[in-house]
Amino acid sequence: MIPIEPIRLQGAIHLTSHRMEMHQRVDISRKPAPKPGWKRGEKWAGLLLLCPSILAIAVFVYGFIGWTGVVSLTRWNTLVPDFTFVGLQNFVALFQDFRFQSDLRNTLVFTVFFILACLVIGLLLATLLDTRIRGENLFRNLFIFPMALSLIVTGVVWQWIFNPSTGVNLFLKKIGLEEPPVWYVDTRILPGVEWGRIEWGIPVALIAVVVAAVWQLSGFTMAMYLAGLRAIPDELREAARVDGAGEWQIFRRVIFPLLRPITLSVVIILGHISLKIFDLIVAMTGPGANYVTDVPGVYMFETTFRGNHYAQGAAIAVIMLFMISLLIVPYLLSGMRKEADR
Amino acid sequence: MNGKTSLVSTLLSLFLIGNLAACGTTQPQGESGDNQQVEIFSWWTGAGEEAGLNALIEQFEKKNPGIEVKNAAVAGGAGTNAKATLATRMQGNDPPDTFQVHGGSELNDSWVAAGKMKPLNDLYEQEGWKDTFPEELIQMVSRDGNIYSVPVNIHRGNVLWYNKKVLDQHGIDPPKTFDDFFDAAEKLDKEGITPLALGDKEPWASTHLLETVLLGKLGPEGYSNLWTGELSFDDPKVKDALKTFKKMLKYTNQDHAARNWQDASQMVARGDAAMNIMGDWVKGYLTTDLKLEPGKDFGWTPTPETEGSFMVITDTFGLPKGAKNPEATKKFLKMLGSVEGQDTFNPLKGSIPARVDADKKKYDAYGKETMEAFKESKLTPSLAHGSAAPEGFVTEANQAVNTFVTQGHVDSIANRLKQQFESYK
Repeated sequence: MIPIEPIRLQGAIHLTSHRMEMHQRVDISRKPAPKPGWKRGEKWAGLLLLCPSILAIAVFVYGFIGWTGVVSLTRWNTLVPDFTFVGLQNFVALFQDFRFQSDLRNTLVFTVFFILACLVIGLLLATLLDTRIRGENLFRNLFIFPMALSLIVTGVVWQWIFNPSTGVNLFLKKIGLEEPPVWYVDTRILPGVEWGRIEWGIPVALIAVVVAAVWQLSGFTMAMYLAGLRAIPDELREAARVDGAGEWQIFRRVIFPLLRPITLSVVIILGHISLKIFDLIVAMTGPGANYVTDVPGVYMFETTFRGNHYAQGAAIAVIMLFMISLLIVPYLLSGMRKEADR
Repeated sequence: MNGKTSLVSTLLSLFLIGNLAACGTTQPQGESGDNQQVEIFSWWTGAGEEAGLNALIEQFEKKNPGIEVKNAAVAGGAGTNAKATLATRMQGNDPPDTFQVHGGSELNDSWVAAGKMKPLNDLYEQEGWKDTFPEELIQMVSRDGNIYSVPVNIHRGNVLWYNKKVLDQHGIDPPKTFDDFFDAAEKLDKEGITPLALGDKEPWASTHLLETVLLGKLGPEGYSNLWTGELSFDDPKVKDALKTFKKMLKYTNQDHAARNWQDASQMVARGDAAMNIMGDWVKGYLTTDLKLEPGKDFGWTPTPETEGSFMVITDTFGLPKGAKNPEATKKFLKMLGSVEGQDTFNPLKGSIPARVDADKKKYDAYGKETMEAFKESKLTPSLAHGSAAPEGFVTEANQAVNTFVTQGHVDSIANRLKQQFESYK
C-alpha cells in the first residue's frame, strides 16, 4: 500500500469540514507538533494565554462530567437533592428497564444503518462528482446543503413527509398502492427475538428516521470523500492503468484503500452524532409507540426533567458518555501514538 | 501525568473557593421601597392564555402603580421546559416570586413536601376565600391543614367531544355509557368513520384517555381511592377498566402515534372521526383556531359513565420561601383569587373560574354549562396532568401506558403500575 501524504490530505479535509466542531479537535491532534526551540518567555506567554480556556474546560466540561458521575451514584430521584450514596443502583435499574433496553437496541440499529447508508451514498456521490461532470459545483452544494439545516427542522419536515395519512402515502395511494407502509408509526420489530425484557431486531419505524438522518448527513460524507479523492494523485491511477487494471479494479485496489483514513474519520464523526441523537427524534417521532423510536438522549431528558429522576438521568448520561468513549478513545489514542512516533 | 492532575485539581479548588466566597457576598436582598417587582413564572405562552396573563398584568399594574410585573414565561413542551427551569431555580435558592403549578400532587408532594412553600392561610382568611372556592378544590392545594396556593382557573378533563353532523347522520346519540359508546363505535366503524380520534405522539394523551375510563368504571370514590392507596392497581375492577380501555383503542385511528391532541381534535372537526376524549382546552382550539361554533358544529358530553364527576385540572399560584418580594406577591395573589381577576383571565384562556361566584355572563355556552357542573359534581384529580400522583409516578405511568397501547397486556401493566405506585408512597 502506498502511504498518502498526511499533511496534504488533512488540509483538504480541513477546508471542507471546518464547521464540524468535532473535526477541528481531530485535526489538532493530528497536526505535526510545533518545532521546539522557542524562547522561554514565549512558552510562558503561551501557557498564560491558554489558561482561561483550560480553566473553562476543566470546570465546564470535566468538572460537570465528574459531577454527573457523582449524581448518578446517589438517590436524587425527586425534586429535592438527596445525595445518599446508593452505588450502582441507578444503573442496575436502568439495564432492567424495558424502555432503556429498547433504547439500547434502537441506538445500535440506528447507528449501524445510519453510518452504513451515509458511507455508501457519500462514496457513490463523491465518485460520480469526481468524474468532473459539468455543473459539479452546483451538485456539490446541492448535496451538502441539507447539512446547513438544524436537525430539528429536518425532523419536522420528514415528520410530515412520512406521516402515514398525509405524507408521501397520499402519492403512494394515488399510484395504486393499497396499503402503503405506515412508516414511523409501525410497531413491528423484525425479526423480534425475545431477550431480556424486550424483542430484539430492527424496529421498522426506525427506518424512516434513518432516511431523514441520512438525507441530512450523506452530503457531509460526500464532501469528505471528495476531498480524499482529490488528494489522490492522478499518477497512481495512471500507473495502475499502465499495469493493465480496469476502472473497477483501480477503485477497489488503489482508491478504496487510500480512502481508509477518511472512512475512519467519517465513522467517528457520524458515530458520535448518532449515539447522542436527540433533536431529530424529538422533532420527528418522539419516543414512539412501545418505544420503537426512543433513544437514550430522549429518555434522559424526560426522566430528568419530567419525572425529576435526576440520578437516573445522570446514569443515562454516564452510559452515553461511555458508549461514545468506546468509539472515540481508541481513535484519539492512535492519533496520539502517531504523533509520538513522528 | 502527575503534574496534569495536580494542575486540574488546583484549578478546581480555586473555582470552588471562588464560589464559596461568592455565596457569602451575594445573598439575595429583600428589597422594599417604592420600586418593587413581582416576577411571575408560568408556561402561559399560547394564544389565549398569553392574552389572559397580559390582561391580568395590565390590571394589576394599573391598581398598584409602584409595583412592576416581570413576566417570566417559559415556552414549550406543555410546561416541561418551564418545570425544568423552575426546578433549577428552586434548587439554586433563586425562586421566582410566584409560579404556575397544577393543584394536587404536583404542588403538594413536591414543593410543599420539600418545605419550599409558605402557607397562605392568612390570605384565605382575610379574603374569605374558604367560602368562595369549593372545599374539594382547597383540599387539592392543601397539605397537613395548611393552604399553599391560589387556584386561578379550572379545566375539565373528562369531556367527550363529538362532531354533531356525523353523529346525526348516523342516528347516534352522544354515548352516556360504555355500552352506548361501543355500539356507536361499531356502527361508525362499519361506515368507514374513525369512531374515536386519538393523538398520543406525546404519551400523556393515552394516559388522559385511560384516566377517564378509570373514573367511569370505578366511580369518583373508587378512582380517588387509587391515589390514597386504598384501591390497588391490580384490583379486578381496575383490570376491567384496563380491558375497556384496550377495547376503546381498537376504535382509534391507526396513526395515533403520529398525531398530537390538536391533530386528533381536528379529525373530529373535519368529520374524519366522530368522537374525541380530551380536556376542555379542546374547546379553545376548536373555536379560536378552527373557527367552529360550539353546540352547532361540535358538541360535548361527559365521557362514558362520568356524569356527576369532574376531572379537575387547575392552574394555581403559590408563594415560595425566599421570594424576593413577598408583600407585592401577596397583592398579586389577592388579585388572582378575586372575582375580577378570574373573570379577566378565564374568558380569554377559555377555562372557567375556580371561584363558584364568578360572573357567568362573561362565559360562552360551554363555559356556563361547565361552571354549573363544577359546582355540582364530585371533583377528582387528574393523573395525566400531575394532580393525582407525584411527577415521578406520572412519568412511569405514561411509559407503562405507552407500552400497553401497543402490547395490550392487562396483567403486566396492572402489576407495573402497582409496583411503581408503591415505590412512590
